[in-house]
Amino acid sequence: MVRENKKYFPIFETQQDLVYLDSAASALRPKAVIDKEKEYYEEYPVNIHRGVYRLAERAGEEYEFARKKLAEFIKAKIPEEIVWTRNATEAINLAAGTWGEKYVKNGDEIALTIMEHHANLVPWQQLAIRKGAKLKYLDINEEGKPEMNQKNWNKWISKKTKIAAITQASNVLGTINDVKAMIQLIKQINPRVKVLVDGAQAVPRMKVDVDDMGADFYAATGHKMYGPNGVGWLWARKELLEEMPPYQTGGGMIEEVKKYQTIFAGLPDKFEAGTVNIPGVLGLGAAVKFLNGLGMTNIRKHEIEINRYALKRLKEIRGLKVLGSGEPEERTGIYSFWVDGVHPHDLAQILSGENIAVRAGHHCAQPLHDRLGLVATTRASIGVYTSRADVDKLINGIDKAIKLLRG
Amino acid sequence: MDLYRELLLDHYKNPRNFGKLKTGKGTAFESNPSCGDKIGVAIKVNKKGEIGKISFWGEGCVVSMAAASMLTEEVMKRKKLENIKKINEETVLEMLGGKKNVPPARFRCALLGFNTLRSALMTGLVLVKEHPH
Repeated sequence: MVRENKKYFPIFETQQDLVYLDSAASALRPKAVIDKEKEYYEEYPVNIHRGVYRLAERAGEEYEFARKKLAEFIKAKIPEEIVWTRNATEAINLAAGTWGEKYVKNGDEIALTIMEHHANLVPWQQLAIRKGAKLKYLDINEEGKPEMNQKNWNKWISKKTKIAAITQASNVLGTINDVKAMIQLIKQINPRVKVLVDGAQAVPRMKVDVDDMGADFYAATGHKMYGPNGVGWLWARKELLEEMPPYQTGGGMIEEVKKYQTIFAGLPDKFEAGTVNIPGVLGLGAAVKFLNGLGMTNIRKHEIEINRYALKRLKEIRGLKVLGSGEPEERTGIYSFWVDGVHPHDLAQILSGENIAVRAGHHCAQPLHDRLGLVATTRASIGVYTSRADVDKLINGIDKAIKLLRG
Repeated sequence: MDLYRELLLDHYKNPRNFGKLKTGKGTAFESNPSCGDKIGVAIKVNKKGEIGKISFWGEGCVVSMAAASMLTEEVMKRKKLENIKKINEETVLEMLGGKKNVPPARFRCALLGFNTLRSALMTGLVLVKEHPH
């Protein structure tokens, strides 16, 4: 099945020996996604909204069709609950900058976990600074899972908590958070807390049901789910989106403009000011279709299979420690590790010499690395195209680096 | 591109002028927060107004450590301040085999020791601020 998956990705035609293990940063793009963007530029490259001519109508229909496909994919009740953004970062900034700006007050609390990506940390931190609110972090245990001890939770969530922002899958630890259980616990302690889930790493890897998990906001990005760059999305419950002020103002988001006042448009236009990334949205729709075609159950099954093999092989290397859970079923295929005596940047560079793409650094999670007492790690992250042979090449590359640098 | 050739690995495994030289002035310590590399440089100016001793310490990747080690050798070779002042970013990259050998993503590693050296020279009051960027 996996060998077959490589055939959907044109890059493997020109780079046959490429071992791409940086899918957590950006997934590779299947031909279907590239073709969809091309189709837009070649066949109906025009603006949407109130275009009465045929091409504009087509562009508008395709644009809203993508929204509908994504809504079905994540089990949103209605497509209007999805707002297109540039990326997950902008989606979270939108929530923090509108809902947060309106409701978070001096003395309130914002709850985060220590494993958050900077995208789901800095916007809340800055909101807290602006408002005089307090940030509270939930710690992790030895296995890289959130601390579930009742006593800690009562400190983490309080009557003053306005919003909790938690990731569904860590971009460093490989940890999959049981967000449904976490949200239930949060709301048990304080039912008024709203919860934003960062789904950037989860959406391409597992079935997501935003309604069932009980989230209020859910943010993700296109390029990690095999879609185009420059497009992301925020899902939020309709009632929330309706009471939130607009994020940006201007064209496309208005009902009526007078010289001294404006009536804003309804959902979803209210949050999509200016000309949007139409080909990006269309490409994202194609990515959803691609993921549906493979089937999220199959994708997850493949990930667990590779996990089982990769974790076993990585463990064989002396002085190598993989962060997070050792159980293939409990984690994603994102393996951050350190190797005694081998600096992550050197390792990544030496692997690059073998055409193996991994990432070295703090992976936009500095507070997490501080917590772990590490400055940088090497991260290998798999995608639907990753095979056991790719893992073997990674292991050989690490062996080579160790031989070169140790001793 | 062969960044990890013998010469660099040798400097990495057997760094020259490694250790913490005790000087009053002429010490600096800098780091790259993104990768955690840290380098300290200490210089000692002798009576002739030349660099009499130099040392570096810290931890980091092959590129940052080897570049710093080679740089200290270069400084001792040049001795005279006016010659040391002529060392620039190009010089450092040349020592590592030239720009074609050092990927842009590693420039920060390559130049950490150099930047620390400049700070050390400045705190040692032997170099007036005049960055030749």
